[in-house]
Amino acid sequence: MAKARVYITLKQGILDPQGKTLLRALKSMGYDEVEDLRVGKYMEIALEGDDAAAIEKRLSEMCESLLANPIIEDYRMEVEA
Amino acid sequence: MRFGVVVFPGSNCDHDCHYVISTVLGQPVDYVWHGSTDVAGFDCLVLPGGFSYGDYLRSGAVARFSPVMKAVEKFAASGGLVIGICNGFQILLEAGLLPGAMMRNAGLKFICRFVDIRVETTGTPWTNDAQVGQVLHIPIAHNEGNYQVPPDELEQMKKNGQIVFRYSTPGGEVTDESNPNGATEGIAGICNSEGNVLGLMPHPERASEDAIGSSDGLVIWRSVLSHCGVELPA
Repeated sequence: MAKARVYITLKQGILDPQGKTLLRALKSMGYDEVEDLRVGKYMEIALEGDDAAAIEKRLSEMCESLLANPIIEDYRMEVEA
Repeated sequence: MRFGVVVFPGSNCDHDCHYVISTVLGQPVDYVWHGSTDVAGFDCLVLPGGFSYGDYLRSGAVARFSPVMKAVEKFAASGGLVIGICNGFQILLEAGLLPGAMMRNAGLKFICRFVDIRVETTGTPWTNDAQVGQVLHIPIAHNEGNYQVPPDELEQMKKNGQIVFRYSTPGGEVTDESNPNGATEGIAGICNSEGNVLGLMPHPERASEDAIGSSDGLVIWRSVLSHCGVELPA
């Protein structure tokens, strides 16, 4: 059994209204050191298999077709096989 | 001319569309369950608004893998008329039948109110009965209507006349103030390069009778009927 962590983030250049709102909120709370904040999605996936490269390939297909929208989002992953 | 209204789990404007097509327009219409793989016999398919699959992950992201969508894709590829309204538009984007993607409204709020949209082209089956610059008073009701598309693709769409509606003032000016959701260049509705697939965030089926506030949405239904050779009395 392998475990994967998939991170989906908005592409650079795409305005992130949630991130902007949280950034403003943190600054208003006094966390002046915060310069930028972007909200993304984190997924934990359990899958069969022990070949990390093969698992990454399959996960990339899953990201391209469903888990991420490649027009507005990037994805990256960590696989523990 | 036979219409089909596709029903996904979570669709909630399907009955409104069915009512307008059958009762207001007097045209034959059937529901098409999302598990169906056959859309033979229809001239126009309507993907209605709602919250298909609870809007999980991204609006329309799961619905686009419904069994019926393969049939819808084939239907569209062979020139069949497809209109996606609100969540239906989001599904068409996720399915790649229309270019671009939806983001959350810039103000992070669900917006439910009347807006004005300007007709940008009459060269589509959906607007041939309208005038360029005509302003339609039509409601929106969405949380993800912030339309985004890469700049080079947007240029191509403009060249092809694929920008069909923009949010505007009642006088027909496209301004930052008239843009309710942050959509790129105030875009409210687009079509594919062939014109047979239309997606729009406003709800023409909620603006098809004066008794409920506006009948400006009728011009879209009238256009598609006249495109198919059906003329309604004025």
